[in-house]
Amino acid sequence: MNTVNTVQQAVAALKQKRAWHWLEYLFWLGAAASVFLLPSQHALLTQIAIWSLFAISLDLLLGYAGIVSLGHAAYFGFGAYVAALFAINFYGEPVTGLLVAGIAAGLLGLVTSLLVLRGTDLTRLMVTLGIALVMYEIANQMSWLTGGADGLTGMPVNPVLGFFPIYFMAANAYAYVLAVCFVLFFVAKRIVHSPFGYSLRAIKGNPLRASSIGIPNNRRLIAVYTIAAAYAGIAGALLAQTTPVVSLTYIDFQRSADVLLMLIIGGTGYLYGGIIGSALFLVAQKFIGNVTPQYWEFWIGFALVVIALFARDRGVFSIYERISGALRSRKAKP
Amino acid sequence: MNALETVGLEKRFGGIVPTNDVNLKVREGARHALIGPNGAGKTTLINLLTGVLKPSKGRVKLGGTDITTLSPHRRVSLGMARTFQINQLFGDLSPLEAITLVIGEREKLGTRFWRTFGSDEKLVAEAVALAKQFGLADVLEERTSSLPYGKQRQLEIALAIAGKPRVLLLDEPAAGVPEAERHEILETVAALPKDVTVLLIEHDMDIVFGFADRISVLVDGKLFVEGEPKEIENDPRVRAVYLGERTDD
Repeated sequence: MNTVNTVQQAVAALKQKRAWHWLEYLFWLGAAASVFLLPSQHALLTQIAIWSLFAISLDLLLGYAGIVSLGHAAYFGFGAYVAALFAINFYGEPVTGLLVAGIAAGLLGLVTSLLVLRGTDLTRLMVTLGIALVMYEIANQMSWLTGGADGLTGMPVNPVLGFFPIYFMAANAYAYVLAVCFVLFFVAKRIVHSPFGYSLRAIKGNPLRASSIGIPNNRRLIAVYTIAAAYAGIAGALLAQTTPVVSLTYIDFQRSADVLLMLIIGGTGYLYGGIIGSALFLVAQKFIGNVTPQYWEFWIGFALVVIALFARDRGVFSIYERISGALRSRKAKP
Repeated sequence: MNALETVGLEKRFGGIVPTNDVNLKVREGARHALIGPNGAGKTTLINLLTGVLKPSKGRVKLGGTDITTLSPHRRVSLGMARTFQINQLFGDLSPLEAITLVIGEREKLGTRFWRTFGSDEKLVAEAVALAKQFGLADVLEERTSSLPYGKQRQLEIALAIAGKPRVLLLDEPAAGVPEAERHEILETVAALPKDVTVLLIEHDMDIVFGFADRISVLVDGKLFVEGEPKEIENDPRVRAVYLGERTDD
C-alpha cells in the first residue's frame, strides 16, 4: 500500500501547483467588485485590464517558452485593425469581432513565428522588432484602409451578444473587458499547467535536452507563439471596441516596449505578473504623470533598473515571495 | 541484426575531420563501449548519431531504418535516447516533473493543453517507480538545480531511460561524480534493462571493462580496432594509444 500512497501523494503534489490560491480568488472577486465600487475609475481599470491581457500574452512567450519579443504590438495592432474593419464592413457584434481578430492575429503569429524561431535571443529580439516595424509601416501606408496617421474611426459597437450595450457605457464596457480577460486568463492558466505547458518550460529551461527526450521544440514554440499572438490580437480588439479611434499608436514601438516593461515589473512566469505590472505601471503613470511627466520617466527608469538587477524573473512578486518565505521560516522555528 | 549502425560516416569542419569513414555496428542487446583518447572524436560521433550534427557523408541506421536526415526528436520517437557528459537537466522542474514529462512525451501526450499536468495517474506511477529505482525517491519534489551532483547524475540517466529507448547512448555517465558516489552510478548502469542496447562512450577503463561485452576504439576520428574486452585489453596498439591516459587513472 505504501507505493499507492506515494503515487497519490505525487499526483497531489503535481496537481497542487495548478490549484487556486486564496489570494487569487480574492483578486478576481475584488476585480469583479470594482465594477460596482469604483465607478470613477472605470476608464483606468479598463486600460489596466486590456494591458494585462496583452502582458499575459507576452508572458506566455517570455515567461513560459523563453521567447523574447520587442515587437509584440504587431499582433495587438493587427487584431485591433481587423476588429475595427470587420465591424465597419461586416458585423459589429463585439464577441464576434474578438474571435475574428484573435484568429487573424493568430494566423499572423503562425506565419511570422517561422521567422522568429530561427536563431537565438538577440536574433529574436531583432526579428520581432523588425516585424512590428514592418506592420507599422504597412498600416501607415495603407491609409485608404486603415486611415493611416489620421486613425480609423466610425467603428460600430453593437451590444455584446445582442443584449449588453457597451458603446459609451463605461461600467458595461469595463465589465465586458474584465469578463473577457478572466476567461482568457483561465484558459492561459490551464494551458501553462498542462503537459503542453510543461513541455514549453522544458524547452525554455534546456532546449538541447528537450529535443533529446523527444519534444519537437519548434512545433511547440510555433504553437505557443500562435496562441500568444491570438491573445495579443484579442487585447487589441478590446481596445478598439472601447476607444473611439484605432490609430498607429496601437502598433508602434512604444507599445511593444511598454508591455515588456510592465511584464518585467510584475515578473514573468506566473501569469499574474502581467496584471500586477500593468496595474502598477498605469496607476503610477496616472498619478506621478499628473504631477510632472519628467518624474514619471525618472521613476519608471529607476524601477526598471532595480527590478532588472534584483528581481529579474519574478519582478515585484519576488518581494512577496521573500516576505512570505521569511515568515514561514520564522514559523518553522520552534 | 544491428540495433545501431553507421555506414561510411564522415564529418568535416573545414580541414578537420573529427569523424572519418566510421563503420560502427552495435548488435541488438549489446553492451558496447566506444573508447578513445581525448580528441578522438567521440563526442562528434555521438552528436552525429543523435542528430545534433548532420554528417558530411555516410548514413546512420537505427534498427535497419535510415535515420541520417531525421531531427533529434524524431530519432527519439524511433527509440533512441542519450545522456550527456555534462548534465543537461531542467533546473526549474523537480525530478518528478521531469520524469513525468518524459513519459508523457513518450506516450505522445505532450500536446494535451487542457489536461492538468500530472493528473494521469498511470504516468505518475511509472515516474515514481522509476525515480525509486534511480535513488531519487527522497528528492522527488525538490528543484533539480538544488540537488547534489550525484543525484543529478542519476536523474540524467533516469530521464533517458524514462523514454523506454531501444538504444541508449551513455556519454561518460560517471564523469565528475565523486569517488564515494561512483559505485551508485555504476550499479545503475549495470542494472539497465537487458533488452536495451547500450552504447557507452567512456574514458574510464575500469568502467569499460566492468561493463562492456564489445569495445570499439576510436582514434583520430577513425575506428582503430574493435573486439571483445579481452582482445582489446591485450592489443599492444591500444595499449600504446592509451599509455599516457592510463597513468592518470
